[in-house]
Amino acid sequence: MTATNGFDQRAAAYINAQGVDGRVNVELVADDGMTINLGPQHPATHGTLRIVVHLDGERVVWADPVCGYMHRGYEKLTEVRTYPQITTLINRLDWLSSFANEVPFMLGVEKLLGVETPERAQWIRTILFEMGRIANLMIFLGDMGVQLGAITPVFYAFRDREHVLNLIESATGGRFHPYYNRIGGLKDDLPRDWIVDTKLTMKKVRDFCDEIETLLMNNDIFKTRTKGVGVIPKDVALGYGLSGANIRASGVDWDLRRDEQSPLAWSHCEWKVWTHKAGDSFARYWVRLQEVRESTNIIEQLLDGLPSGPFRAKVRKIIKVPAGSTWVHTENPLGELGYYIVSAGGLGPHRVKIRTPSFNNISILPWLLKDMYVADLITVLASLYFILGDIDR
Amino acid sequence: MAYEEVLKTLEWQLGSRILQSELGEDDLSIRVNVQDWRSAAQICREELGCRYFTFLSAIDWLVNPDLSGEKTFSTSTQAPDAAFTIITDEPERRAGGTSRFQIFGRVSDIESGISLTLIADLDENDLRAPSWVPVYPGADWHERETWEMFGITFDEHPGLRHIYLPEEFEGYPLRKDFPLLARQVRPWPGLVDMEEMPGADAEEDFQ
Repeated sequence: MTATNGFDQRAAAYINAQGVDGRVNVELVADDGMTINLGPQHPATHGTLRIVVHLDGERVVWADPVCGYMHRGYEKLTEVRTYPQITTLINRLDWLSSFANEVPFMLGVEKLLGVETPERAQWIRTILFEMGRIANLMIFLGDMGVQLGAITPVFYAFRDREHVLNLIESATGGRFHPYYNRIGGLKDDLPRDWIVDTKLTMKKVRDFCDEIETLLMNNDIFKTRTKGVGVIPKDVALGYGLSGANIRASGVDWDLRRDEQSPLAWSHCEWKVWTHKAGDSFARYWVRLQEVRESTNIIEQLLDGLPSGPFRAKVRKIIKVPAGSTWVHTENPLGELGYYIVSAGGLGPHRVKIRTPSFNNISILPWLLKDMYVADLITVLASLYFILGDIDR
Repeated sequence: MAYEEVLKTLEWQLGSRILQSELGEDDLSIRVNVQDWRSAAQICREELGCRYFTFLSAIDWLVNPDLSGEKTFSTSTQAPDAAFTIITDEPERRAGGTSRFQIFGRVSDIESGISLTLIADLDENDLRAPSWVPVYPGADWHERETWEMFGITFDEHPGLRHIYLPEEFEGYPLRKDFPLLARQVRPWPGLVDMEEMPGADAEEDFQ
């Protein structure tokens, strides 16, 4: 393995001395460089992640992320709640793609229960899953500009994201936390005229992609600041368990939507998995931009072929899941989200291991930030794209 | 490569070091001795090409004091008794085992789509296992989390320290005998939803 572990004894000693709650912002150590805090309140962290960075001039000697500012103990809480009640918890893992967090859990419980979910429900789930992906990645496409000093793209992103959120709201009743999935199907069917509106919005999203491509991605400054910055080789990415666009930007052609047998409807449409060879920050941006375009294609095809029928299977009101264990994972906007559900035959699970994409994506930081210049640090953080609720659970 | 072949390869490589295996529909679980925990991962990586690290964690098999079986939510103000029984049944425990703590890790070969779960039983009086970090660098944070939440030590880990909780935190929160104080103080209001309507037959009651 070429990857060395990024842990440094000095880093540990420093963090232990300060305590996790240390608020020191600049620590000057005589002739041994400078240790500064990045965060916890830094906009590039999408939440409250603190990174202790030791600098020698402008070069990073070591960097150590400190998580836990938003740790809510979801894995413990799942053990004292019933299965339907857990949906509200996992909604808040990665709060930008709440719908996508619900789906694999529901699939897992349905697998353990042996419930046959109607096809229409699975198709609508897939459509909203992809809409969640668009809403999530649009934030990234605009936000990356802000991190590099270009303010305008984020306004465009939020403006056009609003159309997508309105559609999610009109179908589910919630803009950010839909709670639309039920065990065995969905809460409700799609509202009237929703399909027509969605098709119009998908055009707007594609226009946004074109706009951001010419405005930001083809900008010379943007290219200079992202190309060759934060290169992750394929082998290292695999060893750290990176997933989603981060690993596809390192040239790994792997997408669970295509490569995993799933009851969801991706196999019914024609679409392409985009990869990039470079593995740098620019590649990660480029791959995500293509993914948004691809998602609009998937949604349009699914809307055209949406089957009729019931949207929910018959399930008992009091859901007792038979004993057993299952592992279900899907390709979420940020990467591979998986639930290892162990049921002991009760109203709630015995244990749920939540494998979140951001946790693995961020664990590469000590390795990646080493020997980097401090000006590139934010670029790399922004391009890895993590949501803190997804790290801290 | 189908899962049967993967199992054959592993049986050939690991031999008697496989204590038990369970072949699912599109899944494979292998239970090994804890001494072989790292060498099994090494073989998965080198011989099977499972270069992708998914996750690593642990399970405490004490009966959940709150929601298991026929029980409803605990409303007692007492801390749960430590003398709870351990779940040892087959359907829950993939690939068997009888110990209270099990660690499990998942690795995949993303090119062929093969992924498998490795499981090892731990001695309750000596909760330690060899670290996976030399094989999969991504195991670093997962082992820190498992150490923090279950109190399982990973030998040769480059720096076991807290990842989520403060340094001075005491106890291991994901163990079943660690009381969830919020529930002890006030019963979970969601309990109301679970009460059956008087006279209604729950078996016939559909959504």
